Amino acid sequence: MIAIDITGVHKDFGAVSVLKGVDITIAPGEFVVLVGPSGCGKSTLLRLIAGLEEMSAGEIKIGGRIVNDLPPKDRDIAMVFQSYALYPHMTVEGNMSYSLKLKRTPKQVIADAVAGAAGKLGLGALRHRKPRELSGGQRQRVAMGRAIVRKPKAFLFDEPLSNLDARLREQMRFEIKKLHRELGATSVYVTHDQIEAMTMADRIVALNGGVVQQVGTPLDLYDNPANIFVAGFIGSPAMNFLEANLLHVGDVAELRVGGVVIDQLPMSASATGDGKITVGIRPERVTLTASPAAIPVNVVLVEPTGLGMVVHLELAGQFLKLFTTDRPRLKVGDSARVDFDTADLRLFDPITGDRVQLAGK
Amino acid sequence: MFWMFHYAVIGIYVLVALFPLYWLLKVSVTPNDLLYSEGVRMWPSRTSFDHYWSVIRHTDFPLFFRNSVIVSAATALFTTLFASGTGYAFSRFAFAGKFWLIGLMLVTQMFPLVMIIAPIFRLFAPLGLTNSLTGLIIIYTAYNVPFAAFLMQSFFDAIPKELEEAAMIDGATRFGALRQIILPLTLPGIAATLGFVFTAAWSELLFALMLNSKQDSTTFPVGLLTFVSKFSVDFGQMMAAGVLALIPVCIFFLLIQRHLVQGLTAGAVKG
Repeated sequence: MIAIDITGVHKDFGAVSVLKGVDITIAPGEFVVLVGPSGCGKSTLLRLIAGLEEMSAGEIKIGGRIVNDLPPKDRDIAMVFQSYALYPHMTVEGNMSYSLKLKRTPKQVIADAVAGAAGKLGLGALRHRKPRELSGGQRQRVAMGRAIVRKPKAFLFDEPLSNLDARLREQMRFEIKKLHRELGATSVYVTHDQIEAMTMADRIVALNGGVVQQVGTPLDLYDNPANIFVAGFIGSPAMNFLEANLLHVGDVAELRVGGVVIDQLPMSASATGDGKITVGIRPERVTLTASPAAIPVNVVLVEPTGLGMVVHLELAGQFLKLFTTDRPRLKVGDSARVDFDTADLRLFDPITGDRVQLAGK
Repeated sequence: MFWMFHYAVIGIYVLVALFPLYWLLKVSVTPNDLLYSEGVRMWPSRTSFDHYWSVIRHTDFPLFFRNSVIVSAATALFTTLFASGTGYAFSRFAFAGKFWLIGLMLVTQMFPLVMIIAPIFRLFAPLGLTNSLTGLIIIYTAYNVPFAAFLMQSFFDAIPKELEEAAMIDGATRFGALRQIILPLTLPGIAATLGFVFTAAWSELLFALMLNSKQDSTTFPVGLLTFVSKFSVDFGQMMAAGVLALIPVCIFFLLIQRHLVQGLTAGAVKG
């Protein structure tokens, strides 16, 4: 098990700057997920770690050794590609043993390693097939097998599940995690799917526009997003954002959406400029209530998910969602009243998008 | 209904494409005395292989044939070798001047051959490359490399970059990845290029006619012209020679056809 240290990494493609100074430290044995929208630089960062691209500035250390000028073959890492990149002219066995053959490993050792990995991944019966004779899920397993037979220092995953259907994806998510627990090798996993990130990561690195937005455990990012980007990217259905004003009334500061007061904060609270502020609240923290003092809303759309229900609401001209595992009898056009769990309100600067910490919010 | 139309169209095409070949064969086995006396018939009343025997025994055709095999095979080999390298570089690397290099190679394809024959002759004569098979191999290779390079580039382009990257991560050098992963997958492309260049060199007439005047460096297309004399054309022998000339091309395509069909249909099926 080794650590991966990424320091001040920049990557430019011509005039386009894809990574703008990335610093991440990955602990030995850690499963780190790089997550972000397409074009955020997450795959580029992974390719820099693999040595498939040259960085414009910065330093990457694998196991304490600077690898900036080391070709991929000398970095002792394995990578699983989105397209699997299986060698079409080789059998499953050939694909899995290729790296060991290159290292001139004794035949018996190769055979044992391939048999072991094939067994672990349930590929035993398919060992003599060519990739084109395999299903998508099986190809994915072969790609995994090719990575694990060589016992590399670290695993890199480049959106390995995005070509699979939802059910298979769920299963492979579990299997990759299980493999990671068994092998304990440092892993870096790139995905744009925040559910994959949440469910698999020891720590998540949220990237946007070539800049690290936040690093932390999945629940850290979910509960305490550093900015609007992370708040909006992590979680499904996504967090609600409402434009609000912070007004001083008497000896408190009122948080108002339109004319509706949704929370009262201590007097010391103040927002920048004209008091405009963005309020974020997760849909499951919005609850239906019968209390006449609660916030009045209109029902715009009802989406049953089976597990629960996503109800789209309108509050003073702004839209928000509510998630409930109850099955309220609501239909489009109904009026309802909701409560915000005020302990879970998150405030953001509407200009910079940064989190505003007011009285524990 | 549609499939009938489909087959009818294919049938007509095949008929039109193959009829000259059939006629070639028919005339080659028609004895001289029947050639003009029987009128237009689909098959002569009597056949003989006399033309073949006289072509093989009494003309220099076996020599021309040998020359053509040497020139075409060498041209196909060298062209494919250079074109593979060029195509790979065009497909995989970004380098200064790539755009202009590709442009320049395209430009070479725009001139009619006739225009460059005189300068080529002036260049080749002092170097002793006229009246020589080596000269022909050089000019054919030079002339075919650009097109073949574009052809090979498209075959390399069709192979995902990730395969090489995966191999390099697995521990291969770039050259190792090329040899063990990319090359086996490019075999259909290489076969197609070999076939294309071989046929082009095999049937080339203009350079072979203009650069060579001696019997011992004459290729078969030029040799065919020897059947045309001042007062008559020996169609029987000419056709027999033509049929013989088809044999190597047929053998060649038979050898590579497995790869060729693969090459033509690669990517047509998912996966």
